[in-house]
Amino acid sequence: MLLNGTETDVLIIGAGVVGSALARELSRYQLRVLLVEKEVDVAFGTSKANSGIVHSGIHDHPGTLKAKLCVEGNRLYPQMAEELNVLYKQNGTLVVARDASECEMLGQLVNQGLLNGVSGVQVLGREELHRLEPNLNPDLAGGLLVPSGGIVIPFDLVYALVENAVANGVQLAVSTEVRQIRWEGGQFIVETNRGMVKTKYIVNAAGLGAAKVAGMIGDESFTIYARKGEEYLLDRRLEGYIQRTVFPLPTPESKGILIIPTVEGNIMLGPTAHRVDSFHDFSTSAAGWDEIFRFTQRLVPGLQASDVITSFSGLRAAGDTGDFIIRPSELNTHFIHVAGIESPGLTAAPAIARYVVELLEDAGLRMTAKRFFNPYRLVVRIRDLSLEDRDRLAVKCPAYANIVCRCEMVSEGEIRDAVRRGATTLDGVKLRTRSGMGRCQGGFCSPMVMRILMEELGLKPEEVTKNGPDSPLLFGNLRDNPSCPEKD
Amino acid sequence: MKEQAIDIAVIGGGPAGLAAAIAAAKAGVERIVIFDRQAELGGILNQCIHNGFGLRYFKEELTGPEYAARFIAQLAEYPQIEVKLETMVVELTADKQLITTSRRDGWNLYQAKAVILAMGCRERPRGAINIPGTRPAGVYTAGTMQRLMNIEGFRPGNRAVILGSGDIGLIMARRLTLEGIQVAAVLELLPYSCGLNRNVVQCLEDFDIPLYLSHTVVEICGEGRVTGVKAAPVGSDRRPILERSFMIDCDTLVLSVGLIPENELSREAGVQMEPSTGGPRIDTGCRTSVPGIFACGNVAHVHDLVDDVSEESRIAGIAAAAYVLGEESIANGQKRVKVVPGRNIRSVTPQEIVAGEPSALYIRVAFPERDVVVTAGSHRSKHRIVTPGETVRIVLRPEDIDFNAGVLPVAVEGGEVNA
Repeated sequence: MLLNGTETDVLIIGAGVVGSALARELSRYQLRVLLVEKEVDVAFGTSKANSGIVHSGIHDHPGTLKAKLCVEGNRLYPQMAEELNVLYKQNGTLVVARDASECEMLGQLVNQGLLNGVSGVQVLGREELHRLEPNLNPDLAGGLLVPSGGIVIPFDLVYALVENAVANGVQLAVSTEVRQIRWEGGQFIVETNRGMVKTKYIVNAAGLGAAKVAGMIGDESFTIYARKGEEYLLDRRLEGYIQRTVFPLPTPESKGILIIPTVEGNIMLGPTAHRVDSFHDFSTSAAGWDEIFRFTQRLVPGLQASDVITSFSGLRAAGDTGDFIIRPSELNTHFIHVAGIESPGLTAAPAIARYVVELLEDAGLRMTAKRFFNPYRLVVRIRDLSLEDRDRLAVKCPAYANIVCRCEMVSEGEIRDAVRRGATTLDGVKLRTRSGMGRCQGGFCSPMVMRILMEELGLKPEEVTKNGPDSPLLFGNLRDNPSCPEKD
Repeated sequence: MKEQAIDIAVIGGGPAGLAAAIAAAKAGVERIVIFDRQAELGGILNQCIHNGFGLRYFKEELTGPEYAARFIAQLAEYPQIEVKLETMVVELTADKQLITTSRRDGWNLYQAKAVILAMGCRERPRGAINIPGTRPAGVYTAGTMQRLMNIEGFRPGNRAVILGSGDIGLIMARRLTLEGIQVAAVLELLPYSCGLNRNVVQCLEDFDIPLYLSHTVVEICGEGRVTGVKAAPVGSDRRPILERSFMIDCDTLVLSVGLIPENELSREAGVQMEPSTGGPRIDTGCRTSVPGIFACGNVAHVHDLVDDVSEESRIAGIAAAAYVLGEESIANGQKRVKVVPGRNIRSVTPQEIVAGEPSALYIRVAFPERDVVVTAGSHRSKHRIVTPGETVRIVLRPEDIDFNAGVLPVAVEGGEVNA
């Protein structure tokens, strides 16, 4: 897709959760919006490896943007999840204390929460804590329950936001990297690998690349560094073993290593938090696992290493101010930074989107609401349907009755939908459908998903990739001219 | 969507399901349905295009598809067996109610009098052994690799390292070599191969493929596609010695790191599991803890030879038929003994012996030994070598078992440890 000469009102650079939430928010107004992403698919950067926690807001320092937008974002989640048909659950957050001195620190958190506007926080004694979560270490001395804490599937949310934004008129361009930006005659001229774009406003939501993008207009007011987090996913056999997200007491560096029940019934352990030099280092390490396992064993001794089904790591795009960097550039008010969006960025995203709309309006962009905005996204998930509904659907479209991924029960119909919704790679299908995310990790379904990708997109075997052009899965056919006749 | 009543539901149309269904039909059961996810019967045999199957059962050497064809051909004689292909059983209850789905028939309910679990096994993935490193394309389990090559006709790599020297890993080493995909190394965590000795010779030695015993992969490298793996020797505690690690350049890592019986449905139905095998606890009639639910083949325990699967499954089919036809009372009245694993025993299947039933025991040892005696009740048999990679199959005579004792101790004795 060539963009040559595309003219827009707002160019959003980066289709992670922040850029996507903003794209959807802007699609409510009569504006031309272009969302560009340098990866082959949206959500393929930091958002893909997010822990998926919808934070309550008790952890953030009062008066910061983090605190304000986290609490606001948390309140926006239930309606947004409902409209977008996103997997979200308010499972509650527990902060646990190991001894009496830690119990005292819980009080400080409660007060911080109150200042931030977090209500309903309950202080729990030892017995209450273990009544709620019987599999927690019996030695834990007490804890806090924050009912508004929740969980969401982060990439599912990004896909939903983008699909809904596109349905409401936003233009999306993946595999599109911004290379140069100049201000000329009251607008930006943006050079990308796919041609030039003219735009009146730019929102820099480039995550790890945000400082580099800022540098393109000469703005060097902040730096971004990568803080790696490793996560380990456990078998769904353990569904319900821990129901609420369990936090230790926070340290100055991070919220700590957590036990996270996912909406899909897995338990996830992590993340670590270590600064790394490379923006491409997505490796996991034996040391990372040791750190996580040793720590989580103290909170939930019954978890076993043998239940790990997969691991991954992500890089947080951390800023150098300790807070989100959301403001117009000092060099050009038409250029808005949304940078340094580390935790609680996922939670804050819908509130960040609203806040940025205000900043754009302040900068002179006229916001006229569309007469028709469709807030809903529909998606078929066989797993969530009743038997009767599944059968009714199968009559209309038999592909929904053909199960391709048996671990997660994903049908051929859902996989074809995913490709039509924008997936072009094996990982793109996996993140949209969960096919290959279960306990066999794609052993059975991946050859079938590869076939569907070839069929739907007209790809040759060597063009099927895991997550982009550098990750081919196959090197063509074993033989150029198959000697065996096709079976009848 | 209406409920259909059937006599026996056979879940899985691989070697186990086929042999069980045929045996049940021969015994006089009227309405048997085999459900299979794939488009063809035969299960994993269809992608096992190498030979070596059937030496015991048919006394000749067949390929996997040929072995399966022998059973599939027999189905024509048994119209009482219905085959539902591209059909997945998604739910099974202890009352033997099944929910199935397929492109052709949509979602359906079946009520069976008996169920034979014959789902086979699946491979352990990368995550299950937690290999550190990046997440590039080019990490495949051996079975996925086998499917991509033998069924789909793709070339999944150019230069591979294989982790695990079980039979599948060994066979894939030869298969890759024959297709011009270089095998840089086969790595094995243990100080010995876990495959059949004949496979070590025919698949590695004949092709000069290096086998690194007591080695493992400590890191996967490469951003988009695998560019190499870091290998390291392991100490006697099986922990890698990182300072002696070395890189092996490759674009593909093939994992052959174990099989897990596929028992999600069994667990749903409340069948009692046996931790040492990963399968349901079964007796000599392949009966599970839930009356009317039977288990055979790799769903019960991972077999070395398909011939043993066929034999065991035939017994399951006969026992399921007896249950359906109301002859089960004969077995119910019989005395039983529980197998008690002793020295150097990792697992014994079946876990319970019923008096009057043929008693073949499949024994997996915990560590290799030379010149041992395997004892089971008053059975004694000498074995020149036992290894965890090769099951020891012994057949007990009724007089070997003291049915009044309630238990049958099984052990390996008198060996030289780690010989």
